[in-house]
Amino acid sequence: MNMIDHLPALQVIVPLISAPFCILMRNHMLAWAVAVVASGAAFSLAILSMGFVSDGATLTYAMGGWEAPYGIALEIDAFSALLTVIISGASLLALLAGAASARQQLVDEKQPLFFSAWLLALAGLLGITITADAFNIFVFMEISSLASYVIIAAGPHRKALGAVFKYLVMGTIGATFYLIGVGLIYMMTGTLNLEDIALRLNDVSDQRPIFVAAGFITIGLALKAAVFPLHVWMPNAYNYAPHIVSAFIAACATKVSLYVMMRFDFMVFQPNLVGHEFQFSYFFMPLALIAILSGAVVAALSRDLKRLLAWSSVSQIGYIVLGASLTTEAGLTSAIAHMFNHALAKGGGFLIAMGAALYYTTTRFSNLAGLGKEHPWIAAAFVVIGCSLIGVPGTAGFISKWLLVSAALEQGALGVLIISVVVLSSLLAVVYVWKVVELFYFAPRPEGGSSDVMQVRKPEMLLYMLVLGLVAGANIWFGIMPGEPLALAGQAAQALLGGSL
Amino acid sequence: MEPWIPFQYIPLIPLVGVVAILLGARVNDNVREAATLITALMTALAVWGFAPAVMEGQRFSVTLLDEVLPGIPLALQLEPLGAMFAILAGSLWVVNSVYSIGYMRGNKEKNQTRFYVFFAVSIAAALGIAFAGNAFTLFLFYECLTLSTYPLVSHKGDEKTIKSARIYLGVLISTSICLFLPAVIWVHSVSDGAFAAGGILSGVLSGPEVGLLLGLFVFGIGKAAVMPVHRWLPAAMVAPTPVSALLHAVAVVKAGVFSITKVVIYLFGVDFLFAQSTVGWMLYIAAFTIIVSSLVAIQQTNLKRMLAYSTIGQLSYVVLAVSVLTPLAEVGATLHMVAHAFGKITLFFAAGAIYVAAKKTELYQLAGIGRRMPWTAAAFTIGAISMIGVPPTGGFVSKWYILAGAFQSDNFVAIATLIVSTGLTATYFLPVVYSMWFGKEIEGPVANHGEAPMAMVIALTTTAALTLLFFFLHGPVKVMEQQVLLGAL
Repeated sequence: MNMIDHLPALQVIVPLISAPFCILMRNHMLAWAVAVVASGAAFSLAILSMGFVSDGATLTYAMGGWEAPYGIALEIDAFSALLTVIISGASLLALLAGAASARQQLVDEKQPLFFSAWLLALAGLLGITITADAFNIFVFMEISSLASYVIIAAGPHRKALGAVFKYLVMGTIGATFYLIGVGLIYMMTGTLNLEDIALRLNDVSDQRPIFVAAGFITIGLALKAAVFPLHVWMPNAYNYAPHIVSAFIAACATKVSLYVMMRFDFMVFQPNLVGHEFQFSYFFMPLALIAILSGAVVAALSRDLKRLLAWSSVSQIGYIVLGASLTTEAGLTSAIAHMFNHALAKGGGFLIAMGAALYYTTTRFSNLAGLGKEHPWIAAAFVVIGCSLIGVPGTAGFISKWLLVSAALEQGALGVLIISVVVLSSLLAVVYVWKVVELFYFAPRPEGGSSDVMQVRKPEMLLYMLVLGLVAGANIWFGIMPGEPLALAGQAAQALLGGSL
Repeated sequence: MEPWIPFQYIPLIPLVGVVAILLGARVNDNVREAATLITALMTALAVWGFAPAVMEGQRFSVTLLDEVLPGIPLALQLEPLGAMFAILAGSLWVVNSVYSIGYMRGNKEKNQTRFYVFFAVSIAAALGIAFAGNAFTLFLFYECLTLSTYPLVSHKGDEKTIKSARIYLGVLISTSICLFLPAVIWVHSVSDGAFAAGGILSGVLSGPEVGLLLGLFVFGIGKAAVMPVHRWLPAAMVAPTPVSALLHAVAVVKAGVFSITKVVIYLFGVDFLFAQSTVGWMLYIAAFTIIVSSLVAIQQTNLKRMLAYSTIGQLSYVVLAVSVLTPLAEVGATLHMVAHAFGKITLFFAAGAIYVAAKKTELYQLAGIGRRMPWTAAAFTIGAISMIGVPPTGGFVSKWYILAGAFQSDNFVAIATLIVSTGLTATYFLPVVYSMWFGKEIEGPVANHGEAPMAMVIALTTTAALTLLFFFLHGPVKVMEQQVLLGAL
């Protein structure tokens, strides 16, 4: 076996092993560097594996040489490859851009601990996406959750503790629900390997414990994915987390839970449970529609940039769930493509918040007024990223919107309702994005506004601006040439709808 | 003239110009203005280069990106209608740049570099609309145009301006997202959406679907300002006058009616629509818009607002002509796009010249201004006559063809509308013209003023001359448009 064969395992092991090294680094810059290197390595591996699966192949790996279904199998297909790229990319870019922000918000001595927890969260999230074992998913879920509680609470904001506590309680309930479901399935089928479950479930698919398991698993994951109305933990957690963490977590954390949910519901339950398709659709579609609208309304009423972006996430996750709830190939493709496109836009949005906070301490609107005059590049990047959130043609957000509306058109009369909700929420997105654009460009700077501005170091800011430019550019690039992510999303959707089993 | 650059690169010329303008601004204002002028000239020359070839019946098309979305390319094509729109926008940009320099300097406006930059970007977007090869590409550039004109409309940056700019963006974006986008996606879901002579939807859609889709297009393309989605146009009048002149009398609004014309001719097909029973409402909507906007224009007391409502009515002439669905009326629609462009840009130029020289904006203040600004008042007069449609101006030619087209199908609604509207237009323009020349002068903010800066006078004289010339020299436009119809009918 050469190194390439170990690729799926390395994807998790690299950040996992690097985490302790972070603690050993006494200097905060060195700890940051270790985290950057580990994220960079994970990102390269993700890109590499994306190359392997882009022709429809699947990378499989038997952990410790124990063949599936007896041992733990790792598996990378188009869907998981896309997710690993999103996760490791978000981590790398947030870290690169966030050096100054981390120095601003975190005590230097605590930074090694912080970055080590960061890497654990990264390892956990990556693990969830590449494992093919139901219980293993739970283990990685716990690793990522516990680590993310730590990094979210690490900021100077006292309210972060309350937000994290809420997140912790809700997250634990979600994970427990998931574990109960997996336990019931194990009881009925005697296996934990996802493919094996899907095969064996057929014999017991009329048994009540299986229905209960399906319910527990779906609800538990919906809770972790912040699907309306189980989203209440999310806005505050994103809002009060350190800026560097918001940029990372907002881009990928909830999407990973959605990934597991779609895996379970479409690959395991769909082929076995009678009428599951309709239940899934009828259950999630109304929730998604409400989420799309209510999230956008609250975002439009927000008076803080991070809060606005967090509530916009509630709305945008609604788009993903809506696409999935159509249960068609077109719908799933739009959902998966939006995971990628939204990660670009929302990660970028929180990068803007990070940059604004560097200069003006907080992200309250009253502080950010007139930002465009003093920092034209940050404001310009926001315009691009905002357009992507709205779905203006030429940006990544437009691609997913087009796919979603096309998918809805296949639905006939129901499609009209869906399309009207989508366009209505796009208008609300115009409202909340343009509120900030006007604020940046037209509002006057508050008198004597920024008193306790931290000293920014040149190289850090250069790095930040480079990353921001890269992300804004990517929002345009993938709006004009969405080929690669779209191909992966299409493959993933086909696989979910029964190609691979 | 020979084409000296492949047509798909023409929209890039203004974008290269943006870089030149930004670099020029670092040296000094003169270099920056020179960059604008040269860019505008190059663009105009580039589009003119294709005129002979297109008139001979050549067509150009190119696929820039094979698959932006599954099965949907980013495609450009050069056909007579688009070539004409591009020539119009490109050429008037040159005149407008001369005018802008006079206006912006004479008015001591702030942020002039930003102004020239976004002006060039808007022109690039307008050229993209002109060359769009399928519905998707059209939509892409349409939205680009909306966004790139926003900084121009909100140029002043005070509270009133921001509010108006909000209306501008709100109406245009919401109509395009709510109606235009679903229409485009619908078209692409049932066909390849590529513009083709004779239309592509015949036999694909039927019955009420056709009317519904047409409705999505007509109201979704808010830039055409068909009532009730016209509110953005008066709001846009807060922009500096060169913006109102080129964008909100030519590039942006013409992009709207041009898109509608293109959709009707190349997507639906004139014959196909003519046979449908569910599309007749378009005529009535256009007629309604013409009459009501004229009535509203009569009540205006502000010059630019009056011109804005006049534009709304004149745009609906084009929509009306298109919806008559006879060959001569389609020719009239295209002629009117050009004729109105010359006339209305002249009127706005005059309004801006008066503002710069005399700081007068209200109609009653214009009394007797003809004696102090004879060139400007003369140009205004010619523009007004063209709006009414009296020979020897361009407005007469187009109205003639539209009427002839209406008679072809005995469309008495259209005929009556045109007659009534001519009367109404005369009602709001003639008193202004009369008082400009014969009224007793009213003391304004500037006591003893003469003409506006030379650059502005040159520009408005040029467009006034074009308005007159078009009466005699509209042949090429007619030839081009007839080619479109030969392909279509």
